[in-house]
Amino acid sequence: MSMTRQAEPAVTPPPAPGPKANDGRTTRRTPVRRLLARPEVGVFLGVVVVLVFFLIAAPPMRDSSSMANILYQSSTIGIMALPVALLMIGGEVDLSAGVAVVTSALTASMLAYQLSMNVWVGVIAALAVSLAIGMFNGWFLMKTGLPSFLVTLGTFLILQGINLAVTKTVTGNVATDDISDMDGFAQAKALFASSFEVGGVQVKITIVWWLVFAALAAWVLLRTKYGNWIFAVGGNKESARAVGVPVNFTKISLYMLVGFGAWFVGMHQLFSFNTVQSGEGVGQELIYIAAAVIGGCLMTGGYGSAIGPVFGAFMFGMVQQGIVYAGWNPDWFKAFLGVMLLGAVLINLWVQRTATRR
Amino acid sequence: MTDDTTGTHGAVLQDTAPDGEHPLVELRGAGKSYGNIRALHGVDLSVHPGRVTCVLGDNGAGKSTLIKIISGLHQHTEGEFLVDGAPVRFSTPRDALGKGIATVYQDLAVVPLMPVWRNFFLGSEMTKGPWPLRRLDIERMKRTADEELRNMGIVLDDLEQPIGTLSGGQRQCVAIARAVYFGARVLILDEPTAALGVKQSGVVLKYIAMARDRGLGVIFITHNPHHAYMVGDHFSVLRLGTLELSAARSEVSLEELTHHMAGGTELAALKHELAQVRGVDVEELPEESDLQAPATASPEGKS
Repeated sequence: MSMTRQAEPAVTPPPAPGPKANDGRTTRRTPVRRLLARPEVGVFLGVVVVLVFFLIAAPPMRDSSSMANILYQSSTIGIMALPVALLMIGGEVDLSAGVAVVTSALTASMLAYQLSMNVWVGVIAALAVSLAIGMFNGWFLMKTGLPSFLVTLGTFLILQGINLAVTKTVTGNVATDDISDMDGFAQAKALFASSFEVGGVQVKITIVWWLVFAALAAWVLLRTKYGNWIFAVGGNKESARAVGVPVNFTKISLYMLVGFGAWFVGMHQLFSFNTVQSGEGVGQELIYIAAAVIGGCLMTGGYGSAIGPVFGAFMFGMVQQGIVYAGWNPDWFKAFLGVMLLGAVLINLWVQRTATRR
Repeated sequence: MTDDTTGTHGAVLQDTAPDGEHPLVELRGAGKSYGNIRALHGVDLSVHPGRVTCVLGDNGAGKSTLIKIISGLHQHTEGEFLVDGAPVRFSTPRDALGKGIATVYQDLAVVPLMPVWRNFFLGSEMTKGPWPLRRLDIERMKRTADEELRNMGIVLDDLEQPIGTLSGGQRQCVAIARAVYFGARVLILDEPTAALGVKQSGVVLKYIAMARDRGLGVIFITHNPHHAYMVGDHFSVLRLGTLELSAARSEVSLEELTHHMAGGTELAALKHELAQVRGVDVEELPEESDLQAPATASPEGKS
């Protein structure tokens, strides 16, 4: 399809008012409604409320080192919540995202350790494996047309089994060996798991990566062709295909983006703890999905933002640490989160109805 | 159903091309079989610039199959399909788009939650800047979308509003305006008025006329003969996968068209059967000529 305009119309169409003429047929939506139509507004209000609540209820939260800690917790969720949110806007879910993080870390760790190579070899191989898992998810989905819930439930179980079985076979243990004395470890740690000091507070580098990725994702989503396609394939796949959007490419690449996120978080875990527990990661996928949904992404696709999940992940980190700082029993964490999730969903629902009502 | 060329209501009349040139799109004896099922057989159809070709038919008559062949979703299995006089065989809708054949589907026209301007340019976005920083040219897209929609007589207060908040007729019109803007030469409209109210149907019919006046060839699929007769230059009625009628506007009246659509020949046959059944009043059945034609038969939307 070319971008060329049709030649001058043979007959001038009759109703052609001036470009900005207001002919009284329309009314503008009020600025408040326009603002409320943004997907991240609900979660932003929620974050403010919860933040104020904890600042009052848990005095230690007011300390800046506590805030750095909360941000760190949030970033480990947030880095994964971003691609999961983009995928959700693209109309799909990935239940294998949680264990894929561990798969990536295990791959890097065991490969480097067993072959006694520079850890970077393991890191690169893990990236390839993670992208391949994402590609498989997307390809299988597009090939079969099955619901992504089923397809990724399958890969979730497969990866969970592989993680345990391969690790036990290779190391004879459920955890990998410590790789902290291997070549390249210090460099990799600097990239994935270091921290630096800002005004006397230790800040983890993942926070920086998280915000960089978020800014990048927001730009891509709203300002590029690819972002437009993500909304389109999630909003109405068949329409998108009919106007020439490469639906398969978009969806498969979104899954590969989740793979990239899983690799990054996996590398962070590996280089902060030096060793990986093969049974971990189960259940994390739901945390990522919850963060995306709290962040205003529509589960059925076609609506959401990249900034919303940042707040969603921050909400998680804040509640997780806030309960501890407030001196409450941390066992209540999940119950609290469940309530938050339902609350966020209700707010989002209300906001969307208000905003899109004509 | 065989080729019904002899019956009273099965006359296939010759349509003369407006000039000596090739039609934009032409089907010659085209057909399509799905395994043992012959969905379409021996269909002739031609689309000329600035003319509206209406394809009418009941459910299952083969209308969908016909447009799927032309729009590149399916391939024909018999006969010929020509674009600009050259035989073609499309494998994807993109091939058809490349030849300037755009299809506006009744239910697939837009992505409801996306803003109007994003929908307008979806799949053909305007960009600026070198690659790593290549980004949407939002200002230009909004301005162009606004201009194009206003040219089609659609005035929206806010191009940022999700297109799902527009009425069904407005959505169809945006889709039509989009196809026109992106250089479509042939516009296929799949039952654009099927789900619409009277007033909104009128609006859509107006844009069909407008697209025709801009020199596009339009294929208008419908099962409403009244809508077809308002804008049509040529009428093809499909029944059970074959052409029941193919006539230019001058050769057919609205009553005849309605009669063909209602399955006139079948009704006549049915009359005998129904006559055997007590309590069924068959007296009025064949006299469809009592039907009142609308006072105005001229195309709407022409200025």
